[in-house]
Amino acid sequence: MYGSTNLTEEEAKRMNSTVEDPEKLEAFEARIARGEKIEPSDWMPTEYRKQLIRMIEQHAHSEIVGALPEGTWITRAPNFRRKLALIAKVQDEVGHGQLLYSAAETLGKTREQMMDDLLSGKSKYSNVFNYPAKTWADIAVIGFLVDGAAIVNQTINSKGSYGPYCRALERICYEESFHLKQGHDNVVYLATGTKHQRAILQDAVNRWYRPLLHFFGPPDTMSAHSEKLMKWKVKLASNDDMRNQFLDMYVPKILELDITFPDPNLKKNNDGIWEFSDPDWDEFKRVINGNGPCNAERLAVRKFAEEAGRWVRQALINPSEKYQVPLA
Amino acid sequence: MGASGINKSFRKISGSFSIKTNIMSSLDPRVNRLDLKKIADGEIQTNSHLITWEVFHQEKRGKQVEHCGIVHASTPEMALILAKEQYARRGKTTNLWVAKTSDVYTFGTEDEDIFETTPEKTFREPAFYKVRDRIEKFQNKNKVNV
Repeated sequence: MYGSTNLTEEEAKRMNSTVEDPEKLEAFEARIARGEKIEPSDWMPTEYRKQLIRMIEQHAHSEIVGALPEGTWITRAPNFRRKLALIAKVQDEVGHGQLLYSAAETLGKTREQMMDDLLSGKSKYSNVFNYPAKTWADIAVIGFLVDGAAIVNQTINSKGSYGPYCRALERICYEESFHLKQGHDNVVYLATGTKHQRAILQDAVNRWYRPLLHFFGPPDTMSAHSEKLMKWKVKLASNDDMRNQFLDMYVPKILELDITFPDPNLKKNNDGIWEFSDPDWDEFKRVINGNGPCNAERLAVRKFAEEAGRWVRQALINPSEKYQVPLA
Repeated sequence: MGASGINKSFRKISGSFSIKTNIMSSLDPRVNRLDLKKIADGEIQTNSHLITWEVFHQEKRGKQVEHCGIVHASTPEMALILAKEQYARRGKTTNLWVAKTSDVYTFGTEDEDIFETTPEKTFREPAFYKVRDRIEKFQNKNKVNV
């Protein structure tokens, strides 16, 4: 998923052992239970703040890095209309990154610090963007299925408890619905086109199938669970539930085009749960830890942008101005 | 496609993404033109921040101007340009305002209770004033026919 809420065992342990002021904690939890949002100037548990910063920051990085595989194809879009749509989509993604950085800043981490942590590899971003967009059909599949997966994730998260994150997500989901529609349009055109167009689409679906299953994170049986994150409405649905919702919505929309998924075991069982072959969770871990096909390139491109643009940002800085945490 | 065909393609994709630790030759010709290897070893330098601006959006003439988010910029002009890109890309906009975050004064949310009695003061609401019963009682008592 975009912003991971999977905890390491150590983190889960720390979460359960951090002691907070019981009176404040009770009022905080009661507010969330009533369905009210938490605003930046409210008291909040240290771990709530920490997990939200991590999640929102990862989500922001995912938007920024996510613009790279798609940006690659702007100069090679097959026609002017597709080029315009792709430019608009990539601009949206970068804008989403900006909105999310703003939301994370309200929790007390500066944007520069987040940028530095992205470049140093300390902060993660969605694994799905460590794979290459080899052909134009990859752009269609990313626009339809990766954005589709993102919408499932973001729509659920927009019901969370932290006000600034929810507000950012509502704006984002509104714009993402255009991404999804143009992605679907692109997929349908390829699927109903020439033999070659169908072949590159099938090839792209084959290659993106496993990264898409990885998108929502490891299965619930494999990830450290935190009741607290659920209670605090930081995490609102389990990885498996979100993955199932995604498969339920999008598998039929690919199959109806007579395009297949490269997994003989992909099917919905009688309980409405989608079953699939093990998508190789070791690969997922390898890629997260920096060894995917594009990890190094993605960060190198970001570092290039940071270094090449540094003189501009330095020229703009007024040394007498102090950094201000955004209000909302 | 038969089951055997699907099995074959499933096996085929297992190895289709090669895992490399060094920088790949990019699919993006622009990326290949950059000397990324040199850059990738470069130092990270933390910069100071630009000024934080709160952004306010007016959708239509006659509507309220509402807070919609923030931008970082060094001047008000730059803040307005960035605000336009960020908050006026979709839908309607009549105007945008920006104000330095440091110039905005607020109550803290911990003071929310000072507003608590506001909804209780029903004597300030039109529905609080009901006189029909009293008029009818008066009319019955005094045999007033209109």
